[in-house]
Amino acid sequence: MQGLQLPRERLLEAYRLMRTIRVFEDRVSAEMDTGDIPGNTHLYAGQEASAVGVCLHLTDTDRIASTHRGHGHCIAKGCDVDGMMAEIFGKATGICRGKGGSMHIADLGRGMLGANGIVGGSPPIACGAALTAKVNRTRDVAVAFTGDGGVNQGTTAESLNLARVWMLPVIFAVEDNGFGEATASSFATAGDICRRAEGYGMPARKVDGVDFFAVHDAMGEAVERAREGGGPTLLHIVTPRYYGHFSGDADTYRSAEEKAAMRRDQDCLARFRTRVTQASLLTPDDLDAVDRSVSAAIDGAVLAARAADRPALETLLTDVYVRYA
Amino acid sequence: MPKKSYRQALNEALHHEMGRDPRVVVIGEDITGGAGASGEQDAWGGAFGVTKGLLGAFGRERVLDTPITESAFVGAAAGAAMTGLRPVAEIMFVDFLGVCFDQIFNQAAKFRYMFGGKAITPLVIRTTYGAGTRSASQHSQALYPIFTHIPGLKVVIPSNPYDAKGLLIQAIRDDDPVIFLENKVLYDMTGEVPDGAYTVPFGAANIVRDGEDALIIALGRMVGFAEKAAAELAREGIECTVLDPRTTSPLDEETILEMVEENKGRVVIVDESSPRCGMAADIAAIIAEKAFAHLKAPIVKVTPPHTPVPYAPDLERAYLPDPDKIAAAVRQVVSYKD
Repeated sequence: MQGLQLPRERLLEAYRLMRTIRVFEDRVSAEMDTGDIPGNTHLYAGQEASAVGVCLHLTDTDRIASTHRGHGHCIAKGCDVDGMMAEIFGKATGICRGKGGSMHIADLGRGMLGANGIVGGSPPIACGAALTAKVNRTRDVAVAFTGDGGVNQGTTAESLNLARVWMLPVIFAVEDNGFGEATASSFATAGDICRRAEGYGMPARKVDGVDFFAVHDAMGEAVERAREGGGPTLLHIVTPRYYGHFSGDADTYRSAEEKAAMRRDQDCLARFRTRVTQASLLTPDDLDAVDRSVSAAIDGAVLAARAADRPALETLLTDVYVRYA
Repeated sequence: MPKKSYRQALNEALHHEMGRDPRVVVIGEDITGGAGASGEQDAWGGAFGVTKGLLGAFGRERVLDTPITESAFVGAAAGAAMTGLRPVAEIMFVDFLGVCFDQIFNQAAKFRYMFGGKAITPLVIRTTYGAGTRSASQHSQALYPIFTHIPGLKVVIPSNPYDAKGLLIQAIRDDDPVIFLENKVLYDMTGEVPDGAYTVPFGAANIVRDGEDALIIALGRMVGFAEKAAAELAREGIECTVLDPRTTSPLDEETILEMVEENKGRVVIVDESSPRCGMAADIAAIIAEKAFAHLKAPIVKVTPPHTPVPYAPDLERAYLPDPDKIAAAVRQVVSYKD
């Protein structure tokens, strides 16, 4: 189904997820500034239409493998926001009991196989999840989120080849936010990302990642192909990255004007609002109500995370093995 | 009991477990050999013939040949393990794990801990190790200490056909990632191996020979060398215990420390890995820390020198520990007077 034909409740869900990601990330940035978040975070703000446009097609038994910039993928795949916030604060109530932090949020029950601290770490893992689906004949699919940085890693090249050789039901969602850390993709990425995939004999599409509907529709085709046994697809999703590489990155490699223009002209939430209100699919009141409830939910997540207990010290030694004789 | 080769014992373990559990798949380069070619299928059954016959029994859906692309297929095996399969991936030579190490030590080994105990990763990586086949520096290493170093991995080094079968079945049934190291010189070694399925537990050292004058701890192929040395020393009136830990992670510290005491505190450790940060160094440190009062002589390590593995036969022989070097080390600890 094309995105603009989605029923009202699905459109509201898409907007709620995108807004949740934006507010979550802005709030994590603010909480980082208080010094109460122990580790580092890589914020996804600006890229929301990509995660949600992709994941809206997936069920809990479809799997995704994510990146260091994974909060958006987690939220779009249905991870519990309270558990995510508590994890980032390093608390016992965290989704990984405080052992993983921002870069390792996972919820296997939701098909979220983990954010990943290694650039290029996810494509082989997603191939494995797709292999499980293929061997078990479930019609499930797997998505490897990676970026314009990860696409240059050998693991991605190997995975594109393996996925095509084994005809795996996997989609490579390459989110090109213009930068691998502080280095522009125009400097670091040679040639054309879609043509790389085409070189392995798989279909590829370049997609405007500011446009939820463009991502949604491209992903719809890819998922259908994968479920029908047609093998892998690569989507090259072009997005902005509102924050620096990590929170605390002074981000001096981009000008203030460039960043202001990016936030003004490349805002997937504003674009979504315009599209659905102009088409009379949703009203401004519908969207404002979502905004209010999301803000309240994130406020609640932060309050709960701050109030939660720290992990008991004995948990340092647990969960290394299932059983260690 | 029927006599079988180490290779056949491993092959039987794979047959048993694939027959018993449809979630078990095998993945690797040339594990059938001939995929996509016009000639014989299952032509190789793995570079060392260990997976021969699995294709006929279980088909290409569960016996998966791969491109030469270790990062992708080891990572895929880890991802498949996390999502419900029980993959056995074959890496032709342990040396090649260098090209896919991220997928082992940052991914598979850490899923469970990073994710707060929610993941299980029942992955076995079978690989070959060891010098003695004139294969030089990139096809001969004994890299098991590197895996032993990493929390989250289990490390298994079978020294004989019986253990090879029982430990591999145990590895496939285990819910944690296991690195399973087969010494390629041992593939044709024969020994008694039951036809049926059985397991050998991890972390349970095997007392291969009982003595009381000195303790020789040895791993993998070195166990056989230690037995030869012990037989030679017995003719001189020196009775040695030979202890095979079988797994380096978990390591049976309890039996090691007991045997130190029972063998008059005279210890030789034989290890095919490099001397620095190797298994001999690690076990010596454990003994020094936990059984210092029982030691009657400095622990002697018998290892290769700190060099890459050479090619020329004379150099390679000089590189490896052997029964004579082990016997000399035992004489040294037994004659030590404080």
